[in-house]
Amino acid sequence: MARVLVNVPKVVKVGEPFDVKVLISHPMESGQRRGADGQAIPRMIITRFVATLDGEEVVSLDLHPAIAANPFLAFSVAAAASGTLALTWVDDEGATQTQLAAVTVA
Amino acid sequence: MMRRRVLVGVSGFVLVRLRPAWATEAEADALMRALVGEGTLVPGHVKLDLPQLVENGNAVSMGVDATGVPGGVASLHVFAGRNPLPQVVSAQFGPRSGRATLQTRIRLATSQTVVAVARGRDGRCWSDSVDLLVTLAACIE
Repeated sequence: MARVLVNVPKVVKVGEPFDVKVLISHPMESGQRRGADGQAIPRMIITRFVATLDGEEVVSLDLHPAIAANPFLAFSVAAAASGTLALTWVDDEGATQTQLAAVTVA
Repeated sequence: MMRRRVLVGVSGFVLVRLRPAWATEAEADALMRALVGEGTLVPGHVKLDLPQLVENGNAVSMGVDATGVPGGVASLHVFAGRNPLPQVVSAQFGPRSGRATLQTRIRLATSQTVVAVARGRDGRCWSDSVDLLVTLAACIE
């Protein structure tokens, strides 16, 4: 399980866009590098990242090896009501992780 | 004097011809063409935020702002034509997305032109590009 930091504003206004920042601890090995023994280091990146708010899609990302290690992602969300923001991602080993964050609409 | 000039000319010519062709630049163009399809790709309405001088290509802060696209944005794509693989990131915006913006950190293998393409909900595509210099390259070592 990768360590994750998610930043959501404490309280948001109805329908007003707010920024969500995500920092995932992940090597994002590009597959382009060679180790000390000259062998290529196999690719190991997060390929897909999806954010949903109570089941409704916010944004979905296709990531490529050009994303830096420990990916930082920031995007905008507009919430009509309080809910749960679910962030799900899949990496090259097929491991899926979901992180939940509460969104409070005032 | 004349002979020197000829030599300089010849060596310059050889240098230019021997520079490797960047295969992925053509790939990036092909990907962009496939994305645009029969629509048009016009510069404007998108803002790609990248530094012009990059000291470390391993992690470059990048921001894309497509809030100005008329009719809303369906997807947003970033290409780096001189990276080993030209695609950087693609984003699809759903019904709950607020502003069509994205920030992340990317790798850049060498000095190049990075292009952002936003596809509007009406199918029209808008682009922005940044020419940048990379002093420490990423991806290879």
